[in-house]
Amino acid sequence: MSTREHEAKWAPALSRRTFLGGLAAGSFVLVSEANGAVRHLLSPSAETFAPNLFLAIDPTGQVSILAHRSEMGTGIRTALPMVVADELGADWERVTIRQAIGDERLGSQNTDGSRSIRRFFEPMRVAGASARWMLERAAAQSWGVDPSECRAQDHGVEHAPSGRRLDFADLVEAAQGIEVPSPEELSYRAPEERRYVGRNHPIADLDAIVTGKAVFGIDARREGQLFAVVERSPVLGGRVASFDDTATRKVPGVVDVLEIPAFEAPHGFQALGGVAVLANSTWAALSGRRALEVQWTPSDHGSYDSREFGHALAAETHREGKLWREVGDARAQLRNAPADSVVSADYSLPHLAHASMEPPCALAIVHKDESGKPTAIEAWAPTQNPQAAQDQLAATFELPKESITVHVTLLGGGFGRKSKPDFIVEAALLAKEADRPVHVTWTREDDIRHDYYHTVAAVHMRAVVDDDGMPQAWLQRSAFPPIFSTFVPGSRNASPLEMGLGFTDLPYDVPHLRVESGQADAHVRIGWLRSVAHVYHAFAVCSFPDELAHRAGRDPYEYLMDLLGAPRLLDLEGVEYPNHDEPLERYPFDVGRLRNVTERVARMADWARKPPRGRGLGIACHRSFLSYCANVVEVEVSADGTLSIPNVWVVLDAGSIVSPDRVLAQMEGAAVFGASLALYGEITARNGAIEQSNFHDYPMTRIYDAPRNIHVEIVESEELPAGVGEVGVPPFAPALANAIFAATGRRIRKLPLAGQDLSWA
Amino acid sequence: MSANKITLNVNGTRHELEDADPQMPLLWALRDALGMTGTKFGCGIAQCGACTVHVDGRATRSCVTPIGTLADRSITTIEGLSSDGSHPLQKAWAQHGVPQCGYCQAGQIMSAAALLAKTPKPTDEDIDRGMGGNICRCGTYTRIRAAIHTAAKGGRQ
Repeated sequence: MSTREHEAKWAPALSRRTFLGGLAAGSFVLVSEANGAVRHLLSPSAETFAPNLFLAIDPTGQVSILAHRSEMGTGIRTALPMVVADELGADWERVTIRQAIGDERLGSQNTDGSRSIRRFFEPMRVAGASARWMLERAAAQSWGVDPSECRAQDHGVEHAPSGRRLDFADLVEAAQGIEVPSPEELSYRAPEERRYVGRNHPIADLDAIVTGKAVFGIDARREGQLFAVVERSPVLGGRVASFDDTATRKVPGVVDVLEIPAFEAPHGFQALGGVAVLANSTWAALSGRRALEVQWTPSDHGSYDSREFGHALAAETHREGKLWREVGDARAQLRNAPADSVVSADYSLPHLAHASMEPPCALAIVHKDESGKPTAIEAWAPTQNPQAAQDQLAATFELPKESITVHVTLLGGGFGRKSKPDFIVEAALLAKEADRPVHVTWTREDDIRHDYYHTVAAVHMRAVVDDDGMPQAWLQRSAFPPIFSTFVPGSRNASPLEMGLGFTDLPYDVPHLRVESGQADAHVRIGWLRSVAHVYHAFAVCSFPDELAHRAGRDPYEYLMDLLGAPRLLDLEGVEYPNHDEPLERYPFDVGRLRNVTERVARMADWARKPPRGRGLGIACHRSFLSYCANVVEVEVSADGTLSIPNVWVVLDAGSIVSPDRVLAQMEGAAVFGASLALYGEITARNGAIEQSNFHDYPMTRIYDAPRNIHVEIVESEELPAGVGEVGVPPFAPALANAIFAATGRRIRKLPLAGQDLSWA
Repeated sequence: MSANKITLNVNGTRHELEDADPQMPLLWALRDALGMTGTKFGCGIAQCGACTVHVDGRATRSCVTPIGTLADRSITTIEGLSSDGSHPLQKAWAQHGVPQCGYCQAGQIMSAAALLAKTPKPTDEDIDRGMGGNICRCGTYTRIRAAIHTAAKGGRQ
């Protein structure tokens, strides 16, 4: 494997007939280009065999594969190219992975929603198999044999009857004369023929990472660049009223102080605005910013108090809301039920910040014509969505999207924050004014105080239970400021998307069900964070059964299995349910698969044992991103309330798997991510300003308080591939809370745990 | 000699910084002045360990270490831990597939290297103490622990 190359530049037009691999609506289309004027992302020369945008083979036989999704730790930069290499029959040692710039011809590059494998497994197979088809035909022609007798493998094509073999290098020229096949003509390798998919393989960037050579966005460098930091309004919507940069400009190394205009509502992906200090080092910029005095205009959000707001949200969930799903007549059941058969619980969760280890950062260059008007922009950034960056830069600078080149570096974590390109816009705005390359770095304080926050939320659960303690009627209602508030001013209604993240699809078998949402205004930028609304929905949906089980005096696992009911496809007829953007016919909600992971995780954890007081097991299962995941968490709580997490067991059914070890790693990481948010995660606002600023007051779990052992099993499956990256997060917090109840008798309905008394002596 | 000339000995090479602010943390001198970007910024207040380097063999948070204090000190960064990625920890990191996004891993490896130099056969408690200053947001802690034990055993898992 050659080293990473970031510089996938536009290539000059190719002189021969070339084909584009384009993607529309998730399907792979091979488009022939009428006049051959093609910009190819792999910079092939005229001698290169480049049958589609994702693949090129040079005359030495070296295969270049385009990685078009962003690498933020899932291993996708390795996984999708492995799919191509497998279908092609390439030797991984002769493969170079090249990172794509933003280009809509590649299909969605928005590396988000746990979509990369499920959306691009098939297209990558087509990309590899069509090239193989052409190489096999080129070999067959040169030997004068039937193509069906030729087989590509080990980086060459073999003719078994005669024992002849040609290396890919020897076929590059001839393959250029072969017609690109239509996908219907292709066949794909059977699982047992695969060398890479389904097996463990080191990530492409491993050596670079452990030697410090990997290039993240914060490491992007261009000759003559300035380093910038930006002071932003502590309250969303505050504008620069005035600023005094006298002292700042005296700081050695400071080159300039520039105002970035405030955004026009809705903020969307625009730069927030503020005052930037540009200097010849990050340190000088930081020192200059410390000396800066900025006055801000008042904002409508200046009275936002997130604690009071949490109480208002809880009250909202006690009022009738918008109906999303109804089975039977839960309202009548609740109205007529005797009081002692009604159980209710209120769950509340705070804002969270993403806090990727690499904060937002970007480098930009703005090219101008002789009159000084911008003509093109080039940016290097750790972005989950380079096309969104192109779109936002195009809108901000009134330039065509094609004139904007966004290079995707490695991402030091993303978790949804880096889907939003506001920080790239900042770099470009400053580069335009400074007439030099400008690199903007957000400090940790900037990151924590100016995030697109995971929203604060309240969930109300209410059930009517029968004599056996099983629910006959079930009402659940959630309220939270919606993500759409970032794009549509005044949005206060939950969207089908958010409600579909673990709420409208309640999998329990209850005769009367009602799912509702409340309304809420946003006072900070609301974004999406790893598993999004699943975080608060799963916390309530997976905690409440545990409450009901204990009330009924039953084992929580057995109760949960009864509540899940018979294996079946969940009936969501008539429900506005996006299903993570996949049709239900293709990806049904299969309660049987949810039952299966739950049964398996209970077995794995030896659920039936009865730990002594102070130790406890908790269980939760949840479908998200079309995958099924169950957790058992074991806690140890000392009599004085000190918590540790000795073990977590995870069973995941994500359908077909490409990189088993990376899937394990995602489950391990999700448990730690879940532990951070459950133990410590809390962003609060007072007078509109975020109160936390860094890891001392927005802590993460560390090696000593993270789950000590994380045991993961992946269900072997030939079902369609489903999501992985976010799927492990939702069940963790409720399983933990349920374990704490088992250990201590204390019911956790509010996160985080920090500051809550867990003592039991 | 200029009052503001500061000499840094990094990975065995002497670098002279002209007109340098002695208060500048080593992190920014490495990254912005010397072009050595393997050492990462994470918090700026010694809370996350992403910027960990060795100063005279001790794990040091470069984000809060002014370069004015480092004359005649020997600094080692991830780029200088081994010439070719062959340090036992780098090999163990690869063997266990530790990195996810990889951003914090230079700091993790530098903290682990200082730990092993002082405590060649660390217990889990030693690892908790030695590595507790390093945050990994991807959550690779179980593999970090396993990799340190592997390196301590000379590469055997």
